[in-house]
Amino acid sequence: MDIQTWTFIIVGLSFALYIGIAIWSRAGSTKEFYVAGGGVHPLTNGLATAADWMSAASFISMAGLISFMGYDGGVYLMGWTGGYVLLALLLAPYLRKFGKFTVPDFIGDRYYSDIARTVAVICAIIVSFTYVAGQMRGVGVVFARFLEVPINTGVFIGMGLVFFYAVLGGMKGITYTQVAQYCILIFAFMVPAIFISIQLTGEWLPQLGFGGKLNDGSGVYLLDKLDNLHEELGFHEYTTGSKSRWDVGAITLALMMGTAGLPHVIVRFFTVPKVKDARISAGWALLFIAILYTTAPAIAAFARTNLITTVSEQPYSSVPEWFTNWEETELIQFEDKNNDGLIQYVADPAVNELTIDRDIMVLANPEIARLPNWVIALVAAGGLAAALSTAAGLLLVISTSVSHDLIKKQIKPDISDKEELMWARIGAAVAVLVAGYFGINPPGFVAATVALAFGLAAASFFPVIVLGIFDKRMNKEGAVAGMVVGILLMLFYMVKYKLGYLGGGTQEDWWFGISPEGFGSVAMVVNLIVSFSIARFYPAPPQEVQDMVEDIRYPRGSGEAQSH
Amino acid sequence: MTMKEQHKQYWRQNLRYLAILLAIWFIVSFGFGIIWVDELNQIKFGGFKLGFWFAQQGSIYVFVVLIFTYVWLMNRLDKTSDLDEN
Repeated sequence: MDIQTWTFIIVGLSFALYIGIAIWSRAGSTKEFYVAGGGVHPLTNGLATAADWMSAASFISMAGLISFMGYDGGVYLMGWTGGYVLLALLLAPYLRKFGKFTVPDFIGDRYYSDIARTVAVICAIIVSFTYVAGQMRGVGVVFARFLEVPINTGVFIGMGLVFFYAVLGGMKGITYTQVAQYCILIFAFMVPAIFISIQLTGEWLPQLGFGGKLNDGSGVYLLDKLDNLHEELGFHEYTTGSKSRWDVGAITLALMMGTAGLPHVIVRFFTVPKVKDARISAGWALLFIAILYTTAPAIAAFARTNLITTVSEQPYSSVPEWFTNWEETELIQFEDKNNDGLIQYVADPAVNELTIDRDIMVLANPEIARLPNWVIALVAAGGLAAALSTAAGLLLVISTSVSHDLIKKQIKPDISDKEELMWARIGAAVAVLVAGYFGINPPGFVAATVALAFGLAAASFFPVIVLGIFDKRMNKEGAVAGMVVGILLMLFYMVKYKLGYLGGGTQEDWWFGISPEGFGSVAMVVNLIVSFSIARFYPAPPQEVQDMVEDIRYPRGSGEAQSH
Repeated sequence: MTMKEQHKQYWRQNLRYLAILLAIWFIVSFGFGIIWVDELNQIKFGGFKLGFWFAQQGSIYVFVVLIFTYVWLMNRLDKTSDLDEN
């Protein structure tokens, strides 16, 4: 069977599964809609968190990025996993003990202030929308490539699907759909990786093949070969990279704190029954994430080696079929500058004849390794699972921010559970439409700012939540000032240095030599300094708030907190 | 021991665990993976340069172990302090 047929079958089956789960697990109350009823098993929550977390960027783009960045790609690997240590140790158990529905809920109650709650809602919406727009675009691109429909049609199909299970099932539907999506995406990621590892190094486990010897009888280690190839062609050495240490550290830290501060990940820890379940489910989540995240750098190195040895100095007339397939999508471009019929792939842009979009490395992998067509279809289903699961989680955060934190908590407190549930569904529906709109008409800044959603989360949520738990003296004045200054500073830096407005600026103008991607670390520190200094000028929080902070530090009694 | 003292002790022990575990978290990622990466790259095991390995794989394995260690330590502490949920 051809790729097209296989794709229809596998993608179709996976969609039928998601819809089936959505109908089976539809939400009947706000508690089911917001936190899946609060009785999710920690292992199930770990699987769902992993899928929620791993987006189209993790699945499709990350290995490709690392492949071109070499050592510098470690910022993503360490940043997007190290955040879970912060989450497990500093946030998850305490938020679970607090036991409500959303992140603004915690901030509003802990800082006894509706202003703090509203600021948190706005931050949650900014962070989630910057992130979700990229996901919807990702869905469209995957459809476009594999089902050969226009990107917009792809976005519509994705919208329809997310609409169905997010609006109908809320958190409950999303949780169980995400478990299925994790299984599909991890299987789809591992199968080609294992095949390529065996072909290239003889090791079946990609994590080992990464440090193994090449299969060609030369006895050379894969990474040594890659370093040599890079040097010959004028690129920086693969295993040492080219960014400054300082910036690498700043980006890693910003991604870690952003991971721990992203509301759609945090809310997942409200869904388990107990405090100790929240701790262990963070462990499960990271374990499941680590399977993909330790495979990605291996895929990056395999793909890089394969790419260079396949095309470098080879006659264009004899390139393999995958090369010409991807040329049609213009994601690979070859321009024979010196008309010798050979492909010169080198670092020097004046001589280089090959342009490759980084996103193709994972998608093209099965074709490069000449794997059967069903594997290629599987990768398409995996990419869609990754994008859809994250999009659904983000949309839920947006809808609950509106229905729970704005309408129920501030505008109309006497609303009935049924009405609130209706508002939650309306919120989810509107959020899907807005996300879809951005997916179809991507504003130029989306691609540039998706990675910065982490900086925004690091600059706004991370400090305010950690202080709320660990510093009893922190009051509403300090917290609100910190959040506002943190997110505004980050937005300003993004707009100026990433988008080039407000006079723009080049690398030389960066503050402290830190790129926009890493600036979340600086904005976080400024947030902390502002919070501490402002807090000193105002009275300590009321006694009942201090008692609440005391209470969330001890696990006993989370059952009561849950059924409020 | 009063309830209050017991709570205080529990919290102090918790903070001690956090300090140790986060120190390890910092050393393997920012230390081995970034600050001392060049020095560690002089050491090779298999095909890996050690610093590169920490940046791309090793620290992730350590992170997983850290969380499960934390869970084990805290479950034990909950029990010995009589603060667990059952």
